[in-house]
Amino acid sequence: MYKLLLCVRYLRTRFIALASIISVMLGVATMIVVNSVMSGFGTEMRSRIHGILSDVVVETNSLDGVHDTNRWMTIIREVGGDDIESLAAMVEIYGMMTYDYRGQPVMKTVQLIGIEPRTKSDVSPIAGLFETSLDSYQQIKEQGQVVREPLRSADEPVGWELTADAAEDRRHRIELEQRFLEQREWERKRSQPEAEALDHDPSTLFEPINAKTSKDAETASPPDFSEGEEPAIAVDPAAPQRARLYVGAGLVEYVYTDEETGKAKVMRIIRPGEDVMISTISAGRPEPVRFHATVVDIFKSGMSEYDGNLVFCNLEELQKVRGMIDPQTKDGAVTSIQIKLKNYDRAAEIVKRLSTALPPGLFSVRTWEQKQGPLLAAIEIEKAILNVLLFLIITVAGFGILAIFYMIVVEKTRDIGILKALGATSRGVMTIFLSYGLALGIVGSGVGVAIGLLFVTYIDNIEKGLSKLTGRKIFDETIYYFPKIPTDVSATMVIWVALSAVMIAVLASVLPARRAARLHPVEALRYE
Amino acid sequence: MTELLALETTRRLMQPTPIAPIHLASIALEKSYRKGDLQIPVLHGVEINIRRGEFLSIVGQSGSGKSTLLHVMGLLDSPSVGEVLLDGDRIDDLPQKTRDELRNRVFGFVFQFYHLLPELTVLENVLAPLMIRHSMVSYWKRRREFRAAAEEILEKVGLTHRLKHKPNELSGGEMQRAAIARALVAKPEILLADEPTGNLDAGTGQEIMGLLRNLNEQEGLTIVMVTHDESLARSAHRLVRLTEGRLELLHDAA
Repeated sequence: MYKLLLCVRYLRTRFIALASIISVMLGVATMIVVNSVMSGFGTEMRSRIHGILSDVVVETNSLDGVHDTNRWMTIIREVGGDDIESLAAMVEIYGMMTYDYRGQPVMKTVQLIGIEPRTKSDVSPIAGLFETSLDSYQQIKEQGQVVREPLRSADEPVGWELTADAAEDRRHRIELEQRFLEQREWERKRSQPEAEALDHDPSTLFEPINAKTSKDAETASPPDFSEGEEPAIAVDPAAPQRARLYVGAGLVEYVYTDEETGKAKVMRIIRPGEDVMISTISAGRPEPVRFHATVVDIFKSGMSEYDGNLVFCNLEELQKVRGMIDPQTKDGAVTSIQIKLKNYDRAAEIVKRLSTALPPGLFSVRTWEQKQGPLLAAIEIEKAILNVLLFLIITVAGFGILAIFYMIVVEKTRDIGILKALGATSRGVMTIFLSYGLALGIVGSGVGVAIGLLFVTYIDNIEKGLSKLTGRKIFDETIYYFPKIPTDVSATMVIWVALSAVMIAVLASVLPARRAARLHPVEALRYE
Repeated sequence: MTELLALETTRRLMQPTPIAPIHLASIALEKSYRKGDLQIPVLHGVEINIRRGEFLSIVGQSGSGKSTLLHVMGLLDSPSVGEVLLDGDRIDDLPQKTRDELRNRVFGFVFQFYHLLPELTVLENVLAPLMIRHSMVSYWKRRREFRAAAEEILEKVGLTHRLKHKPNELSGGEMQRAAIARALVAKPEILLADEPTGNLDAGTGQEIMGLLRNLNEQEGLTIVMVTHDESLARSAHRLVRLTEGRLELLHDAA
């Protein structure tokens, strides 16, 4: 009884104890906040990576791909049995995207993916992968105000058609372009009426453009490289190209800071409806091929690695351009088949079964985690290291407790002598100080948990406040792609952090408590 | 004056008969302290028998070892050589735990500097030995009984009006009364007082002495008091002097 009473009294009358409580509290709060944010980032990243990939990926080992897609798909379905939810065939190839920006050609290396949007959407773990990531389905908000309503209604299936706005935009731009060209033609004819008129072929509406001074001429309009497929344009000059693209936002946007408001703004160089040129290599003997394609939509997954790299193209057109279609059977080759499973827990087994069932030299079968292994491992390692470092902070707090307790024991030497004279055992005296440490730990980590959780809950407000205070943006969404700081509080983590903080507080009080227990009563009584 | 005389007569009448059994005894007690490489002897073969219900005073100059003798007999310290007997049984070689319990149950200590716990109120200080004796659960069950006992004893020492005060709000005399109350609450058999009046003025000292005498006479408590003030010591049954670690009988009222 006296142990509890004295423990509580010492806790209430020693302000120095408050210092140790605060140090434990800060350590615990920091650990909770950092862990929550780290795992928030981790989960967000995982879901985004997983969203683009599918559960299991079957890739061919050659860029030429394999024919007979249907046969392979049947095999996969047979091997996978009931575990397979859906399949999607794709062509993946590296390429280069070229467009003009202010008269300068801009070139980007891209990963070109030929897909069927609907089947691709089906194999993604995200319900409606493209509906959630394509620009035309999004409502755009600025400072809480809706700037633009979605251009497509959510129930419109994904496809390769331009939105009405984009089509209108395109028509308008091409008409302007044409008028400009006609005017130039007319001016040239007037200045050099005879000589030029002879070698001018009136069937070609567009000459290779060298006048890129006008903003309307930003995009290279379809010239001759599409090997005599111009008649379509002759019919309707504003009709989009046969190759259609979803372009990653990072390829056609850049973020700048507005001078006036200091806010991050997005500048979009290519809008849906404009054309870009894609260069890649053909299947079989690698020959360069290039083609014009119309950007149908902008793709933004939130993973900068994907948004800055991926260009989705309609599968058939990509196969045609790359010469992957068998001239006799009209069967297109694919380079990978993505599989969605009904239950991802069985992925390892499915991978094993598929690897043995499919011809080994031809395919490699991996889960998405295996495919992105290094990135995921990096996140885990980062988290582990941070945890070790933060745990050291709590350990530092532990040493603080040790020092403070030692002081309190020295200060209380006479009281310890009195207690022993009254018949208290050494163990009883030790218990006073151990439970003192326990109480400090419990109070400190309790308050720390509360503060940590509050911090995590209001992290965005706190971030805003801090940004205002320091005048610098602490969480820059242009770097992280997240509109909010992602957090993920796990109960296990909170309990572990709190428990280990209490443990450290108790461990730190063991030494002072032992010293107190070992004091000789007579010497303790004489202590001044 | 007549009152004092009357008190004196009662005291003489109530004196323990020599037949009273020996309560606390020491045999060839030696104690030395180590200071660096030096062994400093404090007690040289002290032999003393204290009878049940006796009031014994030990006088001596400071450094004569009288406090040490008290500590060794009260099991706060262990002798280098010799034995301490309680009711004829050796107690100084008992295990630590048993000695702790004996200190709690058999001995009551009163110190020169009162030694109250500054964080606790007077009442809590008095209750401390009971808290130490009982486990948390049994203390909690009997807390009303204990509180009543503590209040009764505090009333006896005249501190009823100070129950909720902290020690630093009391005068020296009041603190010593509180310390005596604490020593008595556990109903000890032997009260060991180490210069109980040493820090008090003459008047207050007399009051405390009166209190101790009363306890001795009315409750039959065995009291061993250490003091350097011979005039105070003379009111005991027996007075011994400790010089350089050896005892000599000065005065035997019996």
